[in-house]
Amino acid sequence: MIDVIYFSWIRERIGKSSESIETRAATVIELIEELKKKDVRYSEVFSDLGSFRVAINQELVNFDASIVEAKEIAFFPPMTGG
Amino acid sequence: MHISVQNEFFDFSKEIENFSSKLDNIGALVTFTGIVRGQKSITLDYMLIEHYPGMTETQIKLIVKETFKRWKICDALVIHRYGKLEPGEPIMMVATAAQHRKEAFEAAEYLMDYLKSRAPFWKKEILNGEENWVEAKSADEAALNRW
Repeated sequence: MIDVIYFSWIRERIGKSSESIETRAATVIELIEELKKKDVRYSEVFSDLGSFRVAINQELVNFDASIVEAKEIAFFPPMTGG
Repeated sequence: MHISVQNEFFDFSKEIENFSSKLDNIGALVTFTGIVRGQKSITLDYMLIEHYPGMTETQIKLIVKETFKRWKICDALVIHRYGKLEPGEPIMMVATAAQHRKEAFEAAEYLMDYLKSRAPFWKKEILNGEENWVEAKSADEAALNRW
């Protein structure tokens, strides 16, 4: 099981801040494709890869990163700190 | 290195005083404070800042460590708030202390650029009761390339 966490407008549009997911996906992009099949909220949120970022175990990664060692995967829009 | 991710209000003049009182033999101290804009023409009700607990602290630590690697600075301070912030309230501050001003200025700018685009915070503005997530600017991302 992997904890998937959502922030900002992604959290709002999906309607939850986190969920535990059982997956056979090997990479982030495979996981995204799996999530998109869940329902229209996911397919809309994840339709544009340029509009969000991903972190595995609290570290920024690319979409082709392996999720084999992942305990926690977070999806969020580009950061607006400062 | 002093890092604080907090909901509480902070008084930047007190923070600067506290930070600088612990320093010895410095020649330059640069500080920056980000404040929630609230001009008369824009009726911003308030700002909400969300963050990723855990990753926020880790990312800021990495950014500060990298700053120490790149510039000869004596110390650095980062305070960043989250939660509900009213117009006029401080959002965050950085301070850098060095022997010379060039290092202190550049290190502070570097810290600001990276905190803006690499620290997991998301700002939402509430304007006339309407909520809007602040969008990241491409110029902010491009600013990282100069380092």
